[in-house]
Amino acid sequence: MQHIAFFLVNSSMQIIAVRNLVKKFGQIAAVDGISFGVEENTIFGFLGPNGAGKTTTISILCTLLAPTSGTASLNGHDCHAESALVRRSIGIVFQDSSLDKDLTARENLLFHAYLYDVGKSERKKRVEDALAFAELTDRADNLVKTFSGGMKRRLEVARGLIHRPKVLFLDEPTLGLDPQSRANLWEFITDLPKKHNVTIFMTTHYMEEAEVCDRIAVIDKGKIIASGTPAELKKIVGGDVIYLKTTDNRKAVEEIRELFGAEASEKDGEIFISTLRGEACIPAIIREIGERVLSVRMQRPTLNDVFLKLTGKEIREENASAGDDIKEAVRSYRRRHDRG
Amino acid sequence: MIEANAVYVIVMRELKKFVRERSRLVSTIARPLVWLFLVGGGMSRLVPTGRGVSYMQFIFPGILGMTILFSSIFSSISIIWDKEFGFMKEILVAPISRFSVVVGKATSGMLLSTIQSVIILAFFPVLGLSIGPLQIVGIVFVCAVLAFALSSFGIVLASFYDSYESFSVIMNFIVMPMFFLSGAMYPVKLMPPVLRYFTKVNPLTFGVDALKHLIYPLEKGPMSADFPFVIDVLIILAASLFFVTLGGKAFERKG
Repeated sequence: MQHIAFFLVNSSMQIIAVRNLVKKFGQIAAVDGISFGVEENTIFGFLGPNGAGKTTTISILCTLLAPTSGTASLNGHDCHAESALVRRSIGIVFQDSSLDKDLTARENLLFHAYLYDVGKSERKKRVEDALAFAELTDRADNLVKTFSGGMKRRLEVARGLIHRPKVLFLDEPTLGLDPQSRANLWEFITDLPKKHNVTIFMTTHYMEEAEVCDRIAVIDKGKIIASGTPAELKKIVGGDVIYLKTTDNRKAVEEIRELFGAEASEKDGEIFISTLRGEACIPAIIREIGERVLSVRMQRPTLNDVFLKLTGKEIREENASAGDDIKEAVRSYRRRHDRG
Repeated sequence: MIEANAVYVIVMRELKKFVRERSRLVSTIARPLVWLFLVGGGMSRLVPTGRGVSYMQFIFPGILGMTILFSSIFSSISIIWDKEFGFMKEILVAPISRFSVVVGKATSGMLLSTIQSVIILAFFPVLGLSIGPLQIVGIVFVCAVLAFALSSFGIVLASFYDSYESFSVIMNFIVMPMFFLSGAMYPVKLMPPVLRYFTKVNPLTFGVDALKHLIYPLEKGPMSADFPFVIDVLIILAASLFFVTLGGKAFERKG
């Protein structure tokens, strides 16, 4: 049954299709046999800790790296064999800024427009539009090195859209930004599929940011360990938890078990109930035993809980993790073998 | 395949940045002038050159070659900066061939070096040289070809290095020996045989030699040019073609 469903999904237009993709650097498999698809004009989130293989996967999709085995296609073109066609269809915002800091905002955008062969009649208009879109019109002729982190990111996103790509890649777009700029940038990004008719492929290791995605794939140690909508993923950890305080907890626990057949128990003077649809459960509880309820609160599982459940570790570990070791190993391998 | 739009915009970027960085222009012009007047001026008293050109006049073609060598290599080495600061990625994911990137970089290196060598060339009356308009056309042509060859060579070098720590290695072990083993400061024919061998695998030698032919065509004896003019020009043309192709290959290898 599952296989049939898989094929049905496959036959509809997938802007990105990845099958059994493997990328090895020497002995290390940075990407270890992953498969996934991305629907057109959606936001797809690629989640995982440092060194999980996110950037390697993006590099393959962007034609910067050749896969060891497996295939990746974008907009119907093979990312390795038809790299020129793929490049025309994509825009990229890299983890590290790729702006020329010694040029102005406008010059960076014009450079991009020429590089992607945007016609003369269109060029000026698109650059002005991009400046307006990035809210940088009044700073257009300032050197990029005078910009804040948030301004640079907005400029990069706007630049990535100048040639009207089908897919925009965002590799850790909010890394190193303050919370305020992060929030602004997300507002800006979530509008893109509607406004610009573009599919967003993003990576992040901030789980809370992935909430805006239509679909998510969680990657760890080069393998996809779960995928689905944010809501589906949260079901993995067992749904919502409702916390209740009542005048008589013991009696209330019994009643709730009886009435709803739900898992309820008492701890530290609080009753907690695991349920899939918390928002529907609360009114029912209030209706039945409302006069005895002193307080009620509900906790939704976060994607962090999902990651914790799947891997047994936090996605962001403060000390240098195994992921950083892999990153370093890959970097030194590349230094020795394929330079740059 | 070469995309004209890509070559154009890469060249424009380099020119714009060059005009903006006045200090770079000052230092690239100052170095050859220091060598010409301080080293050349001092050595003139020490080196008897007979009745022909003075030592300061003798090194003038070499100083032009030095201007081209340094500014071409600097220009190409900026690729390492672009890699380090991430801008190279913007270029590498664009739908343009790697060869266009190399041609764009080599062309901008050629233009910048030629402009600088023309500025140095303007000092010829101070040295008591007389150079006619036709000679000047020839000199600018040789400078441009040599600059293209050396810029392409610089791109090949840059493709081997990823960080700017390597910059001093390139300067000390490649650029400086290339300068001294080019006949810029002393005639090739007076060098020991071992060193003479190195001068012959150095493209700068033939560029400097061609300039010697053009700047003091009547000079005979030890300070005169070392190789036939036609050979010089053919070799720097061939070197241009060779290094730009090699640069293209070195760039395509990546990714």
